[in-house]
Amino acid sequence: MVPLVADFALLLWLFLRGKNIALFNPKGYIAQQQYTLMLWVVYVLLMIGIPSLVLFYYIAWKYRETSPKAVVTLHHRRSKALVPVMWIIPSIFGLIIAGYLIPATHKLAPQKEIEASVDSMRIQVISLRWKWLFLYPEEGVASVNFVQIPENRPVTFEMTADEAPMGSFWIPNLGGQLYTMTKHVNRLNLMAETRGDYPGSTPEITGPGFTGQKFTARVSSQAEFDSWVSATESSGVVLSMDEYEGLVEPSQNNPKAFYAGYDEDLYATVIAKYNQPGTGHIHTEAKTEEESDEGHSHTH
Amino acid sequence: MKELLIGKLTWESLPHQWWTIAGSLSFIFLGLIVAGILTYTKRWKWLWNEWLTSVDPKKIGIMYFIAGGGMLLRGGLDAVMLWLQQALSSGDSHGYLNAQHFQEIFTAHGNIMVFFVAMAFIFGLINYIVPLQIGARDLASPLMNTLGFWLFVGGIVMVNMFFFFGGEYAATGWLAVQPLAGAEFSPGAGVDYWVWSLMISGIGTTLGAINFIMTILKMRAPGMTLMKMPLFTWGSLYSMVMALTIFPLLSMTLFLVYFDRALGTHFFTTMGGGDPMLYTNLIWMWGHPEVYVLVIPAYGLFSEVVSTFSRKPIASYTSAVVGMFGVASLALSVWLHHFFTMGAGANVNAFFGVMTTFVAIPTAVLVFNWIATMYGGRIRFETPMLWFLGFGFVFALGGISGVMLAVPPVDFQLHNSLFLVAHFHSTVIGGVLFGIFCAISYWWPKFTGFRLNERLGRYAFWAWIIGFNLSFIPMYILGFMGASRRLDHYDAETGWQPLFILMFIGGLVIMLGVALQLAQIIASFIEKKRLRTNNDPWDGRSLEWAAASPPSFYNFTTIPHAATRDAYWAIKKSHNRKTQYEDIHMPKSTGVGIYISLFATLASFAFVWHIIWLIVVSILGIIVTFIVRAFDENTEYTIPAAKVKKMEEARAKKEKAGPAIENNDYDEDMGLWELIKVILGFILGLLRNRGWRRWRA
Repeated sequence: MVPLVADFALLLWLFLRGKNIALFNPKGYIAQQQYTLMLWVVYVLLMIGIPSLVLFYYIAWKYRETSPKAVVTLHHRRSKALVPVMWIIPSIFGLIIAGYLIPATHKLAPQKEIEASVDSMRIQVISLRWKWLFLYPEEGVASVNFVQIPENRPVTFEMTADEAPMGSFWIPNLGGQLYTMTKHVNRLNLMAETRGDYPGSTPEITGPGFTGQKFTARVSSQAEFDSWVSATESSGVVLSMDEYEGLVEPSQNNPKAFYAGYDEDLYATVIAKYNQPGTGHIHTEAKTEEESDEGHSHTH
Repeated sequence: MKELLIGKLTWESLPHQWWTIAGSLSFIFLGLIVAGILTYTKRWKWLWNEWLTSVDPKKIGIMYFIAGGGMLLRGGLDAVMLWLQQALSSGDSHGYLNAQHFQEIFTAHGNIMVFFVAMAFIFGLINYIVPLQIGARDLASPLMNTLGFWLFVGGIVMVNMFFFFGGEYAATGWLAVQPLAGAEFSPGAGVDYWVWSLMISGIGTTLGAINFIMTILKMRAPGMTLMKMPLFTWGSLYSMVMALTIFPLLSMTLFLVYFDRALGTHFFTTMGGGDPMLYTNLIWMWGHPEVYVLVIPAYGLFSEVVSTFSRKPIASYTSAVVGMFGVASLALSVWLHHFFTMGAGANVNAFFGVMTTFVAIPTAVLVFNWIATMYGGRIRFETPMLWFLGFGFVFALGGISGVMLAVPPVDFQLHNSLFLVAHFHSTVIGGVLFGIFCAISYWWPKFTGFRLNERLGRYAFWAWIIGFNLSFIPMYILGFMGASRRLDHYDAETGWQPLFILMFIGGLVIMLGVALQLAQIIASFIEKKRLRTNNDPWDGRSLEWAAASPPSFYNFTTIPHAATRDAYWAIKKSHNRKTQYEDIHMPKSTGVGIYISLFATLASFAFVWHIIWLIVVSILGIIVTFIVRAFDENTEYTIPAAKVKKMEEARAKKEKAGPAIENNDYDEDMGLWELIKVILGFILGLLRNRGWRRWRA
């Protein structure tokens, strides 16, 4: 048994050398705390889990029938302490985790703004079929499948969706995910602490193009961020409402795109669209054709 | 006109992709082979009278096993296809499945494994064992039971029907998340098949739950108070109460989904005031307790196995009963942990996180109880006990990862990742599937009168354990690396491919385990004379071991008196077993269950394809069958005491002819090294043979 396990562990170690194990490699304020919390939970659980497992197999082996010391006469009396101990030990561990869980959940609530010496910035996120649109309301620029943020500055992602199923916004290196839904705005607060490019995706299934609905989150210095904004501003293409209508159409494996500007009312329009009672009738017929085209064109 | 006649069906609905053609052809071939064998051996009538229309819960149990076993192979094939795609599809390679097809496969895999494998075996076991354990001859409502079973078969038909008509299954994940599964994003027939397959099998489950609650509460042997019931019966009672609580909710939710899709209502749509968040809540209010419906009978079963094989009563019966109650009741109040990430406030998330953590407390009590039962016992390591010991490790893995996921801030990072997938596979494979394997090997002598081949059983066990770890430990690690679930393709620079390949190899080892299990069953049938055994091969403790193996169709000649817990143990010790023959009342076989289910399946098919006349006709058919049956006053018959005596004496004579043989292939190494030796020997033999030939050439 031991050599088998050792070989397996060695193999895994070889496979994992130098790879980005995102959750053990936190690059943001939130991810760091989530990582610490996870480790703490694992330690507490192993404190009860390992002794229990060892006991489980030790007792099973010790009292095997073929053992030379096997008991001949079974005594069925049990200690009076057994039942209380059996209930109290796991209850203590349960209460410890629960007692830690409640404040941690409040502290790390995604909606909670992060306090820092720098002003926080706002990025609006729209999950489309099958791409991510990022709007920078303060800077006035927009991008697809790419988001750049300055390091050590809190960011509030205001997330919604348009003409798309429920998705999820996740940058594992920077912090945990939150769902993106039409009609609703979810706010996710993150703060990056180390420069670099980090992968982002939707771990929630959103349809045939779901695997390609990825983006890159680039963390840079504030100065680099500012120069990126001005470069994007001067690039020329503007995301007009017409252009946006085209972007909403389903498409797969989209490249990054950058827009020098966008319609000021865009985000509000997208939210409002789903909040008018009774007006939003969906033209299923037309969609059917588009979707089936998509489904078939995605062959290799 | 065409629309009136065949609704939305078109020529394109017929099989035209490779997998639908292969699928429908293999179903047709399988059907032809079975039909051929039946015709050749002239067994059609026998099949109809003895099995299909039977209301005997033991026969229905066996039919559940056969259906569940078939679906296990079908769902296993899906799993291999998924593993292979993920092992191949990195970087420039896109594997052999397109995204849509890949998504359909994992949806079908989830649905089949949960509804038509796990549920099938759990219901089969409850059917077979619970009446025996409580000393009953049949169920409270035998008709309801056969109807429930045949509705479940209708569900199987509907989940596979897309091979023949439509060519697509839901591509939405096993719970058909909204709004993805709405008409807007999934306009095809796939989600409708999902809806109606779960609808009719779910109604069957509701009926079964009502029936077993009635049976357990009202039909126990004299003397058996609730606190003397065997623990598997306790687990089944909890499980059925939970099923009755949640399955009507599932049916209603499915109706709403169908209304949205077919009639254009707005319960779960994005527009017109609907809200998918409502669906997410409703489906998980059913979906979370559902897995506990599956696992709680397994807790009861493990309690009995560990007590039987340690030759000791369970250490604390009350703790086991209360522990299972704790798990069952807490499980009804934790559903929101499936979507901490939907944006609820910290208070809501914290409440559900705490409740989820608390589920671990009674579960840990159950584990300690088993340890205490083993303490000071004399433990035999036979296959049922091996499955129990394997369960311990795998379930601990699932439990630890489960509590990690219960902490909301940690869940934000792990949710929807492969870590989550590995977690629920650990609990469902470790808890439910190993429980089922344990139960089958434990009760097989009761089902058939002979044991399973011990050696092959051990090989299968080790193949499963090794395959599971090879496959799911990398999956946990992939979750930590940020790999989300349901990926049909990933970038090469992520470095995930070696782990996915390892997972695929693990999957192959698991398939080796499945093949060994099939071989075990076949081998046991071949050498059933050698493996023959008496009614009590394991020195059992509860009443099912008092009945003959296999039990006569009326279960007990005389209804036993259950004076204590472990009633049969007490009866054995008292040596006071005189037989009195009495008249026995039994329910008659009936085809009503099949007829109603046939109409229900037709109605479901008509609902999927919007064939209005067929809907009307089938529903009328259901109503008329019910009315006709209601006027049938002759649903029971009596076997006179003299005839019972005759049958019992004939059986006793037959039993004496071949004495039971003690199990003697008993190893201390439990077969692991032997399995490795056998495999290595085979491979070496192969290599040597080939090398030798090359040298000669």
